[in-house]
Formats: sequence, C-alpha cells, structure tokens
Amino acid sequence: MTTTPSSDVQTTAGEPAMFPLVLGLDTFGDLTHDKDDHPLSHAQTIRNVVEEGVLADQVGVDFFGIGEHHTDDFPMPAGDVVLGAIAARTTRIRLGSAVTVLSSDDPVRVFQRYSTLNAISGGRAEVVLGRGSSIDSFPLFGYDLSDYESLFEEKAELFAELLKGGPVTWQGTMRAPLRDQDVVPHTESGPFPAWIGVGGSPQSVVRAARHGFSLMLAIIGGSPARFAPFSQLFQQALEKFGRAPLPVGVHSPGHVAATDEQARDEFWPRYLEVIRNVSKTRGFAVPSKQSFLREIGPHGALYVGSPETVAQKIAANLTALGANRFDLKYAMGGLPHEALMTNIELYGTQVIPRVRELLA
Amino acid sequence: MSDSAVPSPRIAVLGAGHVGPVIARVAVEAGYHVTISASGDPEKIALISRILVPGAEPRWAAEAVADADIVVLAIPLHKFATFDPALVAGKLVVDTMNYWPPTDGVQAMFEDRRYGSSEIVQHRLAQSTIVKTFNHTGYHEVEEERRPAGAPDRRALGVAGDDAGAVDLVAEVVERIGYDAVRLRGLSNGRLFEPGGPVFGASLRRDAFERAVSVEAA
Repeated sequence: MTTTPSSDVQTTAGEPAMFPLVLGLDTFGDLTHDKDDHPLSHAQTIRNVVEEGVLADQVGVDFFGIGEHHTDDFPMPAGDVVLGAIAARTTRIRLGSAVTVLSSDDPVRVFQRYSTLNAISGGRAEVVLGRGSSIDSFPLFGYDLSDYESLFEEKAELFAELLKGGPVTWQGTMRAPLRDQDVVPHTESGPFPAWIGVGGSPQSVVRAARHGFSLMLAIIGGSPARFAPFSQLFQQALEKFGRAPLPVGVHSPGHVAATDEQARDEFWPRYLEVIRNVSKTRGFAVPSKQSFLREIGPHGALYVGSPETVAQKIAANLTALGANRFDLKYAMGGLPHEALMTNIELYGTQVIPRVRELLA
Repeated sequence: MSDSAVPSPRIAVLGAGHVGPVIARVAVEAGYHVTISASGDPEKIALISRILVPGAEPRWAAEAVADADIVVLAIPLHKFATFDPALVAGKLVVDTMNYWPPTDGVQAMFEDRRYGSSEIVQHRLAQSTIVKTFNHTGYHEVEEERRPAGAPDRRALGVAGDDAGAVDLVAEVVERIGYDAVRLRGLSNGRLFEPGGPVFGASLRRDAFERAVSVEAA
C-alpha cells in the first residue's frame, strides 16, 4: 500500500480506505444505581452522564456518544442537551448521538440541534442516525411503526440535503416541503460527520452508501465476523454510487474492570436483568450463563473483561471487519456510577493505547 | 456444480432484508438451487446478492416463484397486507414471519387471537400450502448455530403445517441446512413457535424442544 503524507485518507485499488483509528464510548443514559443498589433519579443519572463525558475527555477517549431513549430505565430523550453540557467543559473529545431516532424526529430540528452542538464544541459534533431498535418514540410522537421504513428513507434523504449546507429545496410525503430554505445555524467548515447505524439489514447498508453517510455497525449479539460482508457491501455500494470511500465503525456493548473476573461479576447480573426486561418487547432471547460466556468470548459480541482482554478483542474485530472505529457501549443499567467511572478510566488509559499498539 | 448434484427442491426466497439473505445463504451452502427476490427489479438487489449470498440468483419474484418448489416468505409482516396471493398460488410457502406488535406495530389483519399468524397467512394465501419454521430463531443465529447431523449440540427447529408431505419436504431442507427438524402436525400448532411461546428465541436440543412443545400442547 502506498502512503500519501499530505493526507490521512489513503486508498489503494481493491483495498478499503485507511481512516484514522477512532476509539469511543457510548451510553444510553442507562439508569444507574447507588452503592446500596437503589435506582438513582433520572436527574442524577443525567448529571452523572455529564461527569462521565468529562472524564472520557480527560483520559483520552476520542468520542462520546449518547443514544436516544424514552423509558424509565433509559431516561435519555434529549442527549444533545447533555452533549452541550459536556461540550462546555471539554476541549478535545468528539461528541455525538448513538443513535438519533431520525424516523420519529424532524430532520431539520436534528440538523439544527447538532449544528448548534457543533458551534458550542468548536466543530466536535457528529450524528449517528438510526431507526432505533427500541421503538418507544413512535407512539410517543404519534408515528405508525409500520411506516418506519418510508419515514427513515425520506428523512435520511432530507438530512443528507441539509448537511450539504446552503438553501434546501425538498419535497416528500412525511414532512412539509422546503423551498429554497436557509436552515441555521450554518456550520463553520462544511458538514459535520454523519453516520447511519445498521443492525442487520443489507438494504440499510446500501442506503447509507447512497446518501453518503458513514456506516456504523451495531453488533449486539452473535459473531461480529458475520458483519464483514456488510463492510464489503458498503464500500462496493459507495463505488457503485460514484462516491469516495467512507469510514466504517462498530458499536458493541461491554464493561471494563481491573480483572476479567471482576468485569464479569459486575456485568452479568445487570446484563441478565436488562435483557430480561427488553426481551419482552424486542425479541431478544433471555441469556443463560452459557450464552453469556459465549458472547464475551472471542467469537461473541460483548466486550467484557480486563483492559487487555477487551483491547485484544477490539483490535481483532476491527481488523476482521475492515473497520477503523470502535465505540464501546458502556453503562449497563443498574451498574453504579463509580463502576462506570472506573470503566471509562481504564478504557481511556489502558484499552485505547493498547488497541493502538496492537493495530500499529 | 452439475445439475445432477443439485438436490431438489428449488428454493425461491422472497425478501432481501434482515432474514431473506440469511436463509438464502444457508440454503446455498446446503447445496440447493436458490433465488432471491425483492419487490422490484432484481438489479436493485444484485450487489447485496453477490456479496451476501454468493451462489444465489437474483430474479424477478414472479419468475423465481414459477420455477420453485419451495417459496420462503421473508418479508416484514406489515408488508404482507399488500402481498399478492396470486404470486404464490399453488406453491408450498414457508412462513418465517412473526406477529409482534411491540416491535412492528399493530396489524389489524393479525389481531384475531383465535388464530396463529401463520394460520392467518394461510387464510389469505388460500391457494398455497403454508409451513411454519425458522420464525423462532434469531436471523443473526441461523448461520452460526448450524451443526452436522448427529452433533451432540445440534439445535432443533420446529416445522409445523397441515400438509404432511409439505412438512416432510421442508423438514428435509431444515435438516440439510444443519438443524434437527421437529415436525408438528397442524399449522395451528405453529402458535407454539410464536413470540412469548415456549421455544421462541430458545436454543434447544431435540429432546428439550419436544418436551417444551408437548408440555405446552398438553
């Protein structure tokens, strides 16, 4: 492979583009518990997320993402406000959604909120758009779940137009038309990074490529390696649409503690409880200890363990998937804030340098 | 591969979303002749097909169905209301779909709780023979949970239908793909495979599967 010193984006025919390695953290604002295992208030959980974002910046994490949720155990419907608070107290870390449920939102408002975050943070905003695998926002905002496909398609198209900057003219069926509309605030230096989060639909991969969004693979169960063809599909679809290569990222859940045993012991009961709750509405099988151990092993989707264990797994899967970005979804609901702070510190000070070393 | 090495039946997968490409892929790897179709021009799914399901042929749905012995219906259930029954008239149709209001919204057609979702599919596709299977396993597990016949950890999949010959034919495909097929006589028994039922999302060996569905049926 040839290198081009003047640019950090290099391509060689037939190989995926090289993008800088990005190692981030995501949270859904999962309700945390105190040391006596009592749930904290929504308000305290939100204030804790601000502290977690600030710590992530201090320990060298590249990106901090907040996923939109609307339930009692994930009280995080306005992550952009929380990101604004983190932006005001940090200078380096990139900030974004993980994901924004675009189907039940207004693309103009999403653009305005993240463009505002981009202004506050001095150009550190990103957005990850998704249908969202939890669907609470649909009844809340009066959308029909059976429209999710057309809602997402149309709104992704409009969002891509808005990102270009300049007056927008657009017409669809899910939102009022726009004619030569100036949408503010303008960004200072072109579009901020925008991704589409994909869970398992190849058509979503092709859609991301068509609109020129980067690809974020949400891998929350089963073998990560089975997503390798998605990465390939994305790059070939970009080529077909005449677009330059774009980065591919991976979002997966996990928990880092000092030792493998401690990480497992802290994470397992919380994971069991959370999945048991969401299985009722989202069709996940309730995990057994055996299925859990498989998921945290080398061929599973969970990154639970010591810094070394987690770093090895991240490095191996980024390589296998042709991806250059990994966002660890930390904060399994019910874990105490203190354990989350330890997780963030270990991730920033030990996991990230080790992954960089392994992939150097 | 020469034609004589390809086992019948020929399989037409309808749907190129989460489920269709996965079923098509394992069917190709089991040695079957497989086509994959979406709602329109096969050119639109050519790239998906080439990369995710090498060996399967993207075709117009009507042509693919006409040449197939088994049609696998792997479309989102909310699109079923606009699915044309004439497309699969006279065909054996495998229903992999689920009715699951919390994730897909309420579908009026499937709200009659006297019937399982596959029975309602059968009512609407009156000229077809419906067999229910694959609905109770996650699409993300279908590939990696396959095991050769006789493996001690081979997973069981339920196969339910009213037509014994059709159930046998589909059960043979399920076995060849890499699962123990547990045949249940009567499409109404397919309700045992539905969300909230005893085997939904559960990875069970044959004996445990049979116990789970018979205890529930008793």
